[in-house]
Amino acid sequence: MAISKRKRAQYIRFGVYALSIALVVAVVLIVDWSRLQGAMFRWDLVKKQFPGLLTTAARNTIIFTILGFAGGLALGLFLALLRLSRARAYRWFAATYIEIFRGIPLVVTLLILGFGIPIAFQWQWPNPYLRGAVPLALVAAAYMAETIRAGIQAVPQGQMEAARSLGMSYSRAMATVIIPQAMRIIIPPLTNEFVLLIKDTSLISILGVTEGTIDLARYGRNGVFDSANSTPLIVAGLAYLVMTLPLTQLVAYMERRQKASGR
Amino acid sequence: MSTEAVVSIRNLNKSFGDNHVLRGIDLEVQRGEVVCIIGPSGSGKSTLLRCVNMLETPSHGTVVVLGNDLTDLDTDLDAARAQIGMVFQSFNLFPHMSVLDNVCVAQQKVLKRSSTDAQKIGRQLLERVGLSEKESAFPAQLSGGQQQRVAIARALAMNPQVMLFDEATSALDPELVGEVLNVMRGLADEGMTMLVVTHEMGFAANVASRVVFMDGGVIVEQGSPAQVIHSPKEERTRAFLSNVQQH
Ligand SMILES: Nc1ncnc2c1ncn2[C@@H]1O[C@H](COP(=O)(O)OP(=O)(O)OP(=O)(O)O)[C@@H](O)[C@H]1O
Ligand SMILES: [Mg+2]
Repeated sequence: MAISKRKRAQYIRFGVYALSIALVVAVVLIVDWSRLQGAMFRWDLVKKQFPGLLTTAARNTIIFTILGFAGGLALGLFLALLRLSRARAYRWFAATYIEIFRGIPLVVTLLILGFGIPIAFQWQWPNPYLRGAVPLALVAAAYMAETIRAGIQAVPQGQMEAARSLGMSYSRAMATVIIPQAMRIIIPPLTNEFVLLIKDTSLISILGVTEGTIDLARYGRNGVFDSANSTPLIVAGLAYLVMTLPLTQLVAYMERRQKASGR
Repeated sequence: MSTEAVVSIRNLNKSFGDNHVLRGIDLEVQRGEVVCIIGPSGSGKSTLLRCVNMLETPSHGTVVVLGNDLTDLDTDLDAARAQIGMVFQSFNLFPHMSVLDNVCVAQQKVLKRSSTDAQKIGRQLLERVGLSEKESAFPAQLSGGQQQRVAIARALAMNPQVMLFDEATSALDPELVGEVLNVMRGLADEGMTMLVVTHEMGFAANVASRVVFMDGGVIVEQGSPAQVIHSPKEERTRAFLSNVQQH
């Protein structure tokens, strides 16, 4: 019995919907909600997370993110320019840097820079924020460099030629003509990079934390140890969402707008 | 007209890999001359023009502009380029800047004019190309002909000693060609030294002081428009012209 392709697609879609609804209903019926709430979302414990969650933990997460992002952006821009340089040695240096820092997990970089280097050189990080943010920035720079390079290369060649033929130097042309145009292309992926950084700051606490530099994730974990209940982690997770969701929505909006304006 | 060479090209050769594009070009342009370069596609006209402001680096030979040998590594290229205006087939306006900023940015950043001076000069030039009312528009809001006129104003704002035009009207709809050619004609009338690559035979015939026909990376024939366009000596020139006039 032959059945047309379009009809079959319709049946399959209907089947998937029905299955999904059945699954949701089953979960709702099977799960013991009051028990779940008791283990994962107790209001008294939610309240106990404040104000420390905001005044210390979220604040530190934001500080680490901004330091990591600013450092990564500056170094990433520099690496991108090296990558586009005419001098082969510069290109090679940048490419090697990028491959190394993209190829090593952040945790390993954090440990090497946070423990390994200080021990090897009998040296101390002057500031606990830098100790966490510098490795983050070094790794972020490798990713941002590729994003920035792609953005710069997307600006038509004629723009550089027009700027140079007006007597601008290469760096002047980059700063006034090329990079401002590349920014339009770069900002959505850089915002995504920012979101990734927010989440990556949760790894910094493997270097150990003091009361003052505790970040959101570690704050949540500590709360779990103190209360023998998952509520603090759930609250920390929600706090991350409060920061990341608006940004991912912003990226989606910017991308829609760029698509509409045909670029 | 005094005879002072503004551009002086000697034995210019340019290769892209194995592709030997310019094969020994000698060309002098005197102050006030309008030299039109014509020739079939791929003959090296754009490459020649781009060597005059070193957007392409010659493989061999010298390019002397206003007494400075641009192939000499001691020459300050940025300073030299500031005196050489260039207009591109694809306009290449800066899309993130308003029309007035397009005309002012290099005046301020390169010539270090104050923003008041730059804007005053910019507005005069926009008026001259007939675009005063568009100064706060962005390039994307303009027609091709308007964009190209802004590009001309942008180049003129640097007080160039010579202007290079690379097929300035080829990307335009036919009805917009005239407005750009009129601006170019006005410049020529005022005595601007110009090197013009063009397919507009009418412009070459009426405005050029000299027409240069290129083919295969060499100058095949040059002379007054009457000589080159109306009674060419070389067979290749004749073949090219009859081809162009058919279209
Ligand atoms: N950047 C480049 N890299 C490699 N080859 C090039 C480059 N620019 C030009 N060429 C080659 O040089 C030759 C001459 O090109 P050019 O653009 O100077 O010709 P043209 O006379 O201006 O032609 P058209 O009338 O089509 O503009 C062509 O074979 C072209 O492929
Ligand atoms: Mg050309």
